[in-house]
Amino acid sequence: MSRPLGFLRFCSVGIAGAGGLGSNCAVALARSGVGRLVIADFDRVSRGNLNRQAFFCDQVGMKKVDALKENLRRMAPDTEVTALDVRLTAESVLSVFSTCPVVVEALDSAEAKQMIVEVFLEERPQTWIVAASGLAGYGRNQTLHTRRSGRLIICGDESSEVSPDLPPLAPRVGIVAHMQANVVLELLLDEPALADQCVESRK
Amino acid sequence: MTITLNNRDTKIPERNQMTVKQLLDHMRYVFPNIVVKVNGMLVRKGQYEDVVVRDGDKVEAIHMISGG
Repeated sequence: MSRPLGFLRFCSVGIAGAGGLGSNCAVALARSGVGRLVIADFDRVSRGNLNRQAFFCDQVGMKKVDALKENLRRMAPDTEVTALDVRLTAESVLSVFSTCPVVVEALDSAEAKQMIVEVFLEERPQTWIVAASGLAGYGRNQTLHTRRSGRLIICGDESSEVSPDLPPLAPRVGIVAHMQANVVLELLLDEPALADQCVESRK
Repeated sequence: MTITLNNRDTKIPERNQMTVKQLLDHMRYVFPNIVVKVNGMLVRKGQYEDVVVRDGDKVEAIHMISGG
């Protein structure tokens, strides 16, 4: 480890989506001591989300970003949470995460995943993107992996698509969300280029 | 030609070069949401027929699978 864990409190991390990936990744990063999370999502908590997302029964109907902010405050009060109730588009995504040198792609649809990855690769190539691809179903631990392509890092099995027979379930979604959080910590603590980017973004 | 495709050496017989579109067709990558990079540079879907892949190139075709 090239920087002490305490460095994390000076870091800002963006999380695009507050569903199964985003909510669980946010919990892991807040518990680890990341100083600031910028979380964007437009959706509300539904009963069906509770099989894998970090919400409670009495939060059904709430905006996901508001519910998640409240849950994070109760777990890790030192983490500052900027909760944005917005639908991320190719036009909005860069400004929403303008202060984040690392952004976690935690969206649901393949189209939205591709959009956010391509916008950052093309228009803000200095940003690190930690994306998820392939997490449906259960079992097959050995197929989950991390692949790095420049400043784009992919976590998942890169093949299991969500379908009625292969829904997203807590264990596999949680594993991939935590793989993403684990990559974020590795970047923030070990990646030489990120030390200045983190300090700059907190000024 | 031999290229590195998704970190694996991949031989494509009887071709010295081909477009990204021809390569994706050859590999039967029919999935609609693929992030393609050639030698580290992003290639958008609208450029698939214009960008040429040559012997020795490094190509990544990252399938963005739904679920989150």
